[in-house]
Amino acid sequence: MATINGAVENGQPDGKPPALPRPIRNLEVKFTKIFINNDWHESKSGKKFATYNPSTLEKICEVEEGDKPDVDKAVEAAQAAFQRDSPWRQLDALRRGQLLHQLADLLERDRAILATLETMDTGKPFLHAFFVDLEGCIKTFRYFAGWADKIQGRTIPTDNNVVCFTRHEPIGVCGAITPWNFPLLMLAWKLAPALCCGNTVVLKPAEQTPLTALYLGSLIKEVGFPPGVVNIVPGFGPTVGAAISSHPQINKIAFTGSTEVGKLVKEAASRSNLKRVTLELGGKNPCIVCADADLDLAVECAHQGVFFNQGQCCTAASRVFVEEQVYGEFVRRSVEYAKKRPVGDPFDAKTEQGPQIDQKQFDKILELIESGKKEGAKLECGGSAMEDRGLFIKPTVFSDVTDNMRIAKEEIFGPVQPILKFKNLEEVIKRANSTDYGLTAAVFTKNLDKALKLASALESGTVWINCYNAFYTQAPFGGFKMSGNGRELGEYALAEYTEVKTVTIKLNDKNP
Amino acid sequence: MSSPAKPEIPAPLANLKIQYTKIFINNEWHDSVSGKKFPVFNPATEEIICHVEEGDKADVDKAVKAARQAFQIGSPWRTMDASERGRLLNKLTDLMERDRLLLATMESMNAGKVFPHAYMMDLEVSIKILKYCAGWADKIHGQTIPSDGDIFTYTRREPIGVCGQIIPWNGPLLVFTGKLGPALACGNTVIVKPAEQTPLTALHMASLVKEAGFPPGVVNVVPGYGPTAGAAISSHMDIDKVSFTGSTEVGKLIKEAAGKSNLKRVTLELGGKSPCIVFADADLDSAVEFAHQGVFLHQGQICVAASRLFVEESIYNEFVKRSVERAKKYVLGNPLNVGINQGPQIDKEQHDKILDLIESGKKEGAKLECGGGRWGNKGFFVQPTVFSNVTDEMRIAKEEIFGPVQQIMKFKSIDDVIKRANNTSYGLAAGVFTKDLDKALTVSSALQAGIVWVNCYLAMAVQSPFGGFKMSGNGRELGEQGMYEYTELKTVAMKISQKNS
Repeated sequence: MATINGAVENGQPDGKPPALPRPIRNLEVKFTKIFINNDWHESKSGKKFATYNPSTLEKICEVEEGDKPDVDKAVEAAQAAFQRDSPWRQLDALRRGQLLHQLADLLERDRAILATLETMDTGKPFLHAFFVDLEGCIKTFRYFAGWADKIQGRTIPTDNNVVCFTRHEPIGVCGAITPWNFPLLMLAWKLAPALCCGNTVVLKPAEQTPLTALYLGSLIKEVGFPPGVVNIVPGFGPTVGAAISSHPQINKIAFTGSTEVGKLVKEAASRSNLKRVTLELGGKNPCIVCADADLDLAVECAHQGVFFNQGQCCTAASRVFVEEQVYGEFVRRSVEYAKKRPVGDPFDAKTEQGPQIDQKQFDKILELIESGKKEGAKLECGGSAMEDRGLFIKPTVFSDVTDNMRIAKEEIFGPVQPILKFKNLEEVIKRANSTDYGLTAAVFTKNLDKALKLASALESGTVWINCYNAFYTQAPFGGFKMSGNGRELGEYALAEYTEVKTVTIKLNDKNP
Repeated sequence: MSSPAKPEIPAPLANLKIQYTKIFINNEWHDSVSGKKFPVFNPATEEIICHVEEGDKADVDKAVKAARQAFQIGSPWRTMDASERGRLLNKLTDLMERDRLLLATMESMNAGKVFPHAYMMDLEVSIKILKYCAGWADKIHGQTIPSDGDIFTYTRREPIGVCGQIIPWNGPLLVFTGKLGPALACGNTVIVKPAEQTPLTALHMASLVKEAGFPPGVVNVVPGYGPTAGAAISSHMDIDKVSFTGSTEVGKLIKEAAGKSNLKRVTLELGGKSPCIVFADADLDSAVEFAHQGVFLHQGQICVAASRLFVEESIYNEFVKRSVERAKKYVLGNPLNVGINQGPQIDKEQHDKILDLIESGKKEGAKLECGGGRWGNKGFFVQPTVFSNVTDEMRIAKEEIFGPVQQIMKFKSIDDVIKRANNTSYGLAAGVFTKDLDKALTVSSALQAGIVWVNCYLAMAVQSPFGGFKMSGNGRELGEQGMYEYTELKTVAMKISQKNS
């Protein structure tokens, strides 16, 4: 049977397409407690909180609600696991990598369970959870598994009679606060490099979506990571999140979420103990379509780029700049796409768009849609909630959008596509860059020089050329300006999870 | 989960069936073009295990065609994601784990390796090598470079192409994986010629390569002899790189042929006459044991053999005494049998050469402390032998013995011993035993050896690059550095209308 990638098994590729995976019916949620030292704990306060299915608006279950005392307990465990001479510190690096590979194996084994849980908790279509979120997680763990025994310092020819080398050591206890839009995937992006580099971790999943993180805890234990290496404390931002950001014994924090909260995290990190900080925040990402682009490709990519995951992506293509000559046609085709986008039950294989995550996000999106109408953008389609469908919003397209409108400046995080017009390259570069955000940008053109020029000129951490949301675990991802600090994925992630120590040994005689 | 408890070693596979004895090209098994076969021996019994198809130039040509085809732009192998190449290598290790007992039994029987070593060390390390290389597959980075001018410049690390790999008989599986891993991780296609004495594990591995799902033509195995199949590889006009592990003598021929034909890239892992320096402040017991293992492992048939032991005067006698005691602890016999800890030498040629060198030791005035001749009357066995009062001019102090023979020499001054240690055209490994920080650092810097072991010996980690100075070789294998030896660097420079930093 052929794998996706062209490898052949038993000598011959098999022409048949694989059957679509199915969600688990009546899935029982087994893991709802706090995970510390490979054990399940109740919260110190005795409190629990509910997690909901945004599709049905029903409560899924209750989860132990962590707070500062639980974070303290988790940090103690993580510190103990990080002590010199601990099993984790003494493990061969290759072996750390093998544990990460085994974790990936278990993610493959339980892929349908995790995708089902993720869909229940986030409302994202099941097939997306299976083929995007889970695929990304598995690949991320395997990629970083390969780095574990390749984290190399240097020997350095300094002046004087000295032997000098660097060690790339683990930082220590790392805190991670993850969002609700890609709960397990964003967790993998932090957990994989953290463990690969030999750190121990205290994680807080988003309060809206704690379930897949807790299930992962059970897999961590099953693989055999030593107790205390990974700890998971579900709870809320102002309690658990704040406790992690300001904990004096946490050495580093990684946060993915809004720019607003990212600033608070960095402030708390600085005020407490100057813990190292990586942030992956919001974006108002420009998508530039030149007249010479492959128009169908650009329309499709821009469409998926803004509507994927119900518009709830930090990379959402939420400012589409289209060159004058092709503007009308682009809008026409984009509206066709948006009108056809299947919205509905995320467990239905045909669904491309599920509900927004919660009432707060839903209200914010509708408010921004109203501002678009009020401020004079032309509503091409959508523009309101689906009739009595809870948190579902119609795919919405605005044309004739101008730069000063709220929908052109603020992150919407919903299924709303603002399309703007531009005349020339220099103009669109300036406009694309005039934002405090700088996460991603996309360019559609067939011209070599234009592509390279734009790639160089756009103030974004990632520039996609003739593609969108092209994420690869091998390539670093992160923001310029207020879209973030630092990089995740690729070799670059290792620098965020290691601390460099220089060792200088004075010798008696110099031997070059 | 602490470090895993030492697993029990299972018994070798009884009634081992040799399934694969043909030439492996394009994931298929072929007879030799000539119709010839050659015998494969068990060096412990001198009996024939089986016959294997004998490859020659015509078979190499066939293999090169297949490898070249598999390397074409647009082929499944060239268009495969790098991460997928890594996944296939990991799959191969799963299959090796499954067949571990079979492979260890085969290696022990064919190469004369003591079975516990074959099972615990050769198999363990071979698997680790492939896992290590698998992890590199999608991490072979080029660079973007701030060059002068309005130019956008970047480099690509591309696979070199069709790589010929000639494997020795002392580590058939180990060296097979040590060359295969980096080559495949970087996207090359290969033609492997295992040593004529020990083709069996390479052929079984070929079957696993197919089972793992590597596309046809990516890995080809052509068993045969050096002067025929080996020479055909070294001088082939359509092979882009040759990697050889073996004697310095043959290494020179390979590099010559490479130069004379098409300037194919060359890596060589050759012989050694590696020094081990034991200072008076060393932990004596530890030094004795490491130095011992360093020269007696696998019957002395290792390129890094610590075959010149320099011991500081004041501890010399005690060191010799303890080394001799240690050398007497061997039970020779069939390496598959329980309780045996020394197997045979690989063949008659090696056997005779070792005995000749032992005689020279006696004649030239070294003091024979123990051993000194053959053992038993079947199989190529040599008694573990220790010579003391060896001086630098003796043949046993200059020539690579490749047998279970230890030379112990005396030294007085540190500058003097460094000079003597470096006084050889070899430069593969060296050992330094001392507790002193400064001595450890300065002596290791001064020794002309590709790998210097301090207070240990034979600590070969797959993550560390390995190779020789001077005539012990060219290039490095394994480690990050070893990966780059299987890539060809391409610089791409694109004119742009205006550059900005």
